Amino acid sequence: MKAVTGNLLSNGRVVYLAADDHWTERLEDAMLLDDADAEPVLAAAKSRIREIANAYLIDAENGAATGQKALRETIRASGPSVRKDLGKQAEPRS
Amino acid sequence: MYRYDEFDETIVRERIAEFRGQVARRLSGALTEDQFKPLRLMNGLYLQLHAYMLRVAIPYGTLSSRQMRRLAHIARKYDKGYGHMTTRQNIQFNWPALVDVPDILEELADVEMHAIQTSGNCIRNVTSDQYAGAAADEIEDPRPWCEIIRQWSTLHPEFSYLPRKFKIAVTASAHDRAAVRVHDIGLRLHRNAEGKTGFEVIVGGGLGRTPMIGRTIREFLPKEHLLSYLEAIMRVYNLHGRRDNIYKARIKILVHSEGAESFRRAVEDEWSGSDKAAVDPPREEIERIRRYFAPPPFEKLEPESAAFDKARAADAEFARWARVNAAPHKVPGYVIANISLKTPGAPPGDISAAQMEAVADLAERYSFDELRVTHEQNLCLPHVKKDDLYDVYRALKAAGLGAANIGLASDIVACPGLDYCDLANARSIPIAQRLAERFAFSGEEDDIGDLRIKISGCINACGHHHVGHIGVLGVDKKGEEFYQVTLGGSPGEDAALGEIVGRGLSADEVVDAVGRLVDFYKDHRREGERFLDAYRRIGLERFKEALYGDAEIH
Repeated sequence: MKAVTGNLLSNGRVVYLAADDHWTERLEDAMLLDDADAEPVLAAAKSRIREIANAYLIDAENGAATGQKALRETIRASGPSVRKDLGKQAEPRS
Repeated sequence: MYRYDEFDETIVRERIAEFRGQVARRLSGALTEDQFKPLRLMNGLYLQLHAYMLRVAIPYGTLSSRQMRRLAHIARKYDKGYGHMTTRQNIQFNWPALVDVPDILEELADVEMHAIQTSGNCIRNVTSDQYAGAAADEIEDPRPWCEIIRQWSTLHPEFSYLPRKFKIAVTASAHDRAAVRVHDIGLRLHRNAEGKTGFEVIVGGGLGRTPMIGRTIREFLPKEHLLSYLEAIMRVYNLHGRRDNIYKARIKILVHSEGAESFRRAVEDEWSGSDKAAVDPPREEIERIRRYFAPPPFEKLEPESAAFDKARAADAEFARWARVNAAPHKVPGYVIANISLKTPGAPPGDISAAQMEAVADLAERYSFDELRVTHEQNLCLPHVKKDDLYDVYRALKAAGLGAANIGLASDIVACPGLDYCDLANARSIPIAQRLAERFAFSGEEDDIGDLRIKISGCINACGHHHVGHIGVLGVDKKGEEFYQVTLGGSPGEDAALGEIVGRGLSADEVVDAVGRLVDFYKDHRREGERFLDAYRRIGLERFKEALYGDAEIH
């Protein structure tokens, strides 16, 4: 499965496209797409240029990054592995 | 220190106003990200894994206490309370919001700082010896020349769209602390047979995916012609450097494909026909710049200090710190006090806002208001009286900056790696942390002696692994982090590129494997022989056996 991710334009925070078309800060809330459906959704996300600095697809299942870029995307989703006090890993779910 | 004149001030303020407009247009959607990206990069603003990253220039690594306090303020107000000192004597903030960046740049401009030329295909922030103006072995302060290069290169219209980025380093000491042989241009001030000082001009060095040692194209360039000669080099590069392939666009590729002699001839031809008077600064301008770097009002002191000797005798930890972290000063009674940003277990080069302020206070009180950033991601107070060194040490220790490991095994250079960097393939910091803890906590560091371990999280080599005595390069193998070890590199006057030992090791294996290298060295060294010298004598094959030991080879 795929998810759309990017960094918010205004502050750079890591976000994912959720099912309601909003950006969510939690990978577990990301909308999971079948591989075949992902590209058009990504294209639509990329067109939201006032919201997002970049947008690309990642492999994800069950709220976690998978595939070859899993480590990178897990670090993006959580924060630096060497600073557990920083990033989303340090922020309680609201 | 150099102080901005009205031209510097105007350039920086106008640039901020321009960037503020560009940010507004990006936020409004008038600019796409593809259009905006080169503009933000020209202002030092990257987009990394977690957030934007702002790289701020610290020209030739020199900071005043006022500037350091401002960096602390920015870290607190706009970031997450810390900064990261880089291998190019700059500072990076890892979490700024785009909407705040114009204001951050205004706050930097208030203290004569900016983020210009910290990115993009231009002449980057010039680096130098962190001991400039203080080193016992220097023939003159190289910083006036760095400043002259800075003024000439800042927003230079002809050299703002080079084939690739361009890095210049300057040293004026026999012991090269500026790594001039691994820069696009390295400049070494030295004295010729007639007793005159001039530059050895070294071109085409560099690290990255194609590491190369620079070639000397001129043994002795009269100082007053520095800029016209640099211009000639830049013109040859700008014309002939490749633009069709980003990986072959650095000047090192041109120098090494054309041959150093052919490149030298092209530069000399260009230079001989150039209007030198139009570029080279007049003598009075050189003197004007030089006056900014006049030595501070040093006291006339005895070479030895009773207070220092007494403190050393009473406090063994201080004695060790002073032995390891203090370096000889050219003025009797003074020393250079190195401040390690490599507390074992902490990310190399990171410094908290409170620590920045503590260091600023020490610079103001004990070092004529000056401090320096080193390309090995540490700081130093360049001019400390031996009488004051114990006070400085205690204040550093209280601030959590008391590590005594400069040049030792736990003084590890590491790029941010996959914990922060968009380009990285593997993490660097956790490997650095585990190695530093291993060597520092085992108590064997002093016995190991001079050992430079450098770690990069990708082939771009920001961690300078090619010139580590032991280099570690993180690679990605099918989604797993692996680490390739190189041996025998050196950034100094005996510059050498490390040799790749063999196949990569897993994150679990690499720390023990490096430990085995060090054990092998300890078992086979001669009296007083450094790791690097032992490696050069014994050779790759036997160190390779030690590295792999019983580790699984992948």
